[in-house]
Amino acid sequence: MTEALKELGALIEAKRPDCVLGYSIAFDELTVDVAPANIKGFVEFLKTDQNCKFSSLVDITGIDFPERGKRFDIIYHFLSMYQNHRIRLRVSVREDEMVPSIVDVHPSANWFEREVFDMFGVLFSGHPDLRRILTDYGFRGYPLRKDFPTTGYTEVRYDEELKRVVYEPVSLVQEYRQFDFMSPWEGAKYVLPGDEKQEEAK
Amino acid sequence: MGVMTGTQVGADKEVATQAINRELQDKGFLLTSTEDIINWARTGSLHWMTFGLACCAVEMMHTSMPRYDAERYGIAPRASPRQSDLMIVAGTLTNKMAPALRKVYDQMPEPRYVLSMGSCANGGGYYHYSYSVVRGCDRIVPVDVYVPGCPPTAEALLYGLMTLQKKIRRTGTLVR
Repeated sequence: MTEALKELGALIEAKRPDCVLGYSIAFDELTVDVAPANIKGFVEFLKTDQNCKFSSLVDITGIDFPERGKRFDIIYHFLSMYQNHRIRLRVSVREDEMVPSIVDVHPSANWFEREVFDMFGVLFSGHPDLRRILTDYGFRGYPLRKDFPTTGYTEVRYDEELKRVVYEPVSLVQEYRQFDFMSPWEGAKYVLPGDEKQEEAK
Repeated sequence: MGVMTGTQVGADKEVATQAINRELQDKGFLLTSTEDIINWARTGSLHWMTFGLACCAVEMMHTSMPRYDAERYGIAPRASPRQSDLMIVAGTLTNKMAPALRKVYDQMPEPRYVLSMGSCANGGGYYHYSYSVVRGCDRIVPVDVYVPGCPPTAEALLYGLMTLQKKIRRTGTLVR
């Protein structure tokens, strides 16, 4: 599988050197870095090229890296049902930069791009209807940005006098508790309770 | 489901039924207070509003299905808020949904009852600190019974419904 992915990566890079900034293979998955300006043409190439035929758009999502100059990574996942291949595209953009929309190539990108806009505030140029999709009406802020507080800024309550649901600033009855344990996915060094018996059992 | 063993708790229902039967055969009618008969009717026909918000809704469906068969207590799902007496808030209530939930509640005729089902509806639960979830549906509608669990089992919901019946029986009056 990895060999095939290597071949595919090399082929794509050779055919579109203007778009591909680099590619890597990790965990049997191919990731291609793409320049923001060329993403639309590149996606179209992936869809139509006979060796690729990435006809299905699986997902579009984003990652926020507040410490980076190019703050956001926009991630595209594609599936080729003809070649039995999957590919991941990564586009890095600054906060004030726009990403060309791929709605014209994959109509299913419409709501995915709206979701990325809703959650990260990344604008897609050429999108037919770029507005919020999941959050509340009149919601402010972008929830999946790292600098967005988990509890948000407003909460709702029914007001008996006004006879409607009103918005108020958040006031937590109990302070937010942060359990700052080391994540087991980041190479935790501590021994979990019970694990010390592992050697004896052998 | 199981056979009741040990001492009988409460009044002997068999004796009471036979006494009523005798009275009926003797006179042909029964005497009771209007309050009692109204409460009997109310507790025996709790129609709940079909309003599932999340995974709790699946357990709510189980309750009305043949195994637990809520209909033997006269408790059944109803499609319209205007025809229901009870609203089961089954699942996570989000900020966006809150005005809609209140609107549906306002459309229900009096007397109306609310049962909060599951951790999310009770107090936000897993999503207590989230930016988009209401921290307990009692911020939006007045709640009569809280059923804990994530999600509560069908038995737990049925127990909650029977607790509500008990509550209606105890506090039930014409004007609520």
